[in-house]
Amino acid sequence: MNIQSIKGLVQPDRVHRAVYTDPTLFELEMARVFGRAWLILGHESQVRSPGDFFTTRMGREPVIVTRHTDGSVRVLVNRCAHRGARVCETAAGTTAEFVCAYHGWTYGTDGRLARLPLPDGYARPAGESIGGGLARVPRVEAYRGFLFASLAEHGPPLAEFLGPLRTSFDDFVERAPDGEVEVAGGVFKHAYQGNWKLVLENHNDTVHPAFVHASSIWAARQEPAAAEGAYSEIGVRQMLQNGAPWEVWENTGLWVAGYGHSWMADYHDDSRLVAALAHPAFAEYRAALEQRLGPEGAARVLGELRWNSIAYPNCSFMSQFRQLRVVHPIAVDRTVVYAYSFRLRGAPERMFRDTIAFSNVVNGTASPVLTDDLEVYERTQQGLGARGSDWVFLGRGQGRDLPDREGTRRGRSGTSEVHIRNQFAAWLEYMTAES
Amino acid sequence: MRAADDVELRSEIEQFLYHEAWLLDQGRLDEWLGLFTDDATYWIPLQANQADPLTTSSIVYDDRRLLEVRVRQLRHPRAHARIPAPRTVHQVGNVSVVDAAESGDVRVGSTLVLVEYRRERQRVWGALVEHRLRRSTEGLRIAAKRVDLVNSEAELDGIVCLF
Ligand code: FES
Ligand SMILES: [Fe+2]
Repeated sequence: MNIQSIKGLVQPDRVHRAVYTDPTLFELEMARVFGRAWLILGHESQVRSPGDFFTTRMGREPVIVTRHTDGSVRVLVNRCAHRGARVCETAAGTTAEFVCAYHGWTYGTDGRLARLPLPDGYARPAGESIGGGLARVPRVEAYRGFLFASLAEHGPPLAEFLGPLRTSFDDFVERAPDGEVEVAGGVFKHAYQGNWKLVLENHNDTVHPAFVHASSIWAARQEPAAAEGAYSEIGVRQMLQNGAPWEVWENTGLWVAGYGHSWMADYHDDSRLVAALAHPAFAEYRAALEQRLGPEGAARVLGELRWNSIAYPNCSFMSQFRQLRVVHPIAVDRTVVYAYSFRLRGAPERMFRDTIAFSNVVNGTASPVLTDDLEVYERTQQGLGARGSDWVFLGRGQGRDLPDREGTRRGRSGTSEVHIRNQFAAWLEYMTAES
Repeated sequence: MRAADDVELRSEIEQFLYHEAWLLDQGRLDEWLGLFTDDATYWIPLQANQADPLTTSSIVYDDRRLLEVRVRQLRHPRAHARIPAPRTVHQVGNVSVVDAAESGDVRVGSTLVLVEYRRERQRVWGALVEHRLRRSTEGLRIAAKRVDLVNSEAELDGIVCLF
């Protein structure tokens, strides 16, 4: 597909359905979007000490993220340099080396070939012939402990790529009394039969909850208030919050920035869900935070009301609720999302229990809330297969967006589809850039 | 406990589990909910051998209140993921009484093979199940149910059926 025809797929207020359904475009996306952008891998707490590793994907590329003996983080392609077997089968662990199951070629945590059987059997050292060892992902950087990598040799540095979205990561980390967060509590892996873009377009879509989540909102509204401290309190309140009146969604802040990023803020002031308020469960936490930041600093941090933040194209996170979702495209109509929870270091354990209760209802594979999102992604994918109509309309708020600080734009209302138009603007740049 | 009691108890428990499965397969979910005690928990762990539902995420961890929300949800006309409701067969096997004190709850282990059909798609689930059953004036009641899916750690599409 040539550049001109790709350009024709994205117009100011609409996109062609092929961007969700065409397998050829999907292959191009893997090379040009996922092959170029900074992709989130996870968090440094997953590889705290030398030898620690975890496996994940960058787009469809299987990788191993390791902490090498010199303390640096390396990202290695999980594919033996000999005849191609996957080298590491474990989701996470600690090791001195990776031994290939097939013929025993053995690699260090920096990917270098350490030894192989029968090394004399080659005209020149085998290591030389294969370029040293496992292929290394060329660029790896972290921001506030969040690990990113890029499959491209060249591109903007991470800080420039994230731009003003850095403030959402700052918010994530600043909330910890010790100034550090860590991955904990297991990872959900939920999947759907639909394109990877659908989930990223949904997370800052404030019109959908009233319709997609109508049944869980309705069911939760019939519940009497729970006893103080009941486990279900977090889940029921989140379901109710989805049923907020239109004026709440209209007045929510929705910002977009370069490279397709966006975030929602000034939302969600429920007195039990949010870690800012006078609820008894939070008193100890607030005190711990004040230890580090002082009363004004703590009030500033806790007064920040962010909801979803999206680092396009594979990262969606909730700083306030300590959730990170990593999007893995599998095929044009198949996507897997890994959802992680984080512990605020130095906060009372009660805070982490709230995080888990929240993750179960928002990211749980059988959640009364998430299952309806997944259902709608699948129906959208099916609908987009129809040939009767080629265009997907993204016009809500178009022409009314407001320029804002640091080169961002803001939807005039929180229900604007500006975040989706902004994602497609970035998509088009990646897809049509020369190299 | 004498052997005769053992046989009697075992058979009572088997009948109870079969009845529970039958209620689920018939879609008689209010009656199914009625089998749980007011302080019951219904738990589908995310991890194999998961020790705790409060500091590790779970595919489902419902107290009685959340379980009621879950069951009530599918009566709403826009319960998108649950209309049509999946048709299911719950096959209960290998029932064994793990622990039966003279007074107090009975712990029961069983296996579950569940075949689920919804919208052109059939899925098969396998699980090790543990019930904690409590005697009440209306008969046995479920104080806790834990369902360990053999594929709980897999990449899974959304789950709407009840186990
Ligand atoms: S393929 Fe890995 S050692 Fe041969
Ligand atoms: Fe949603």
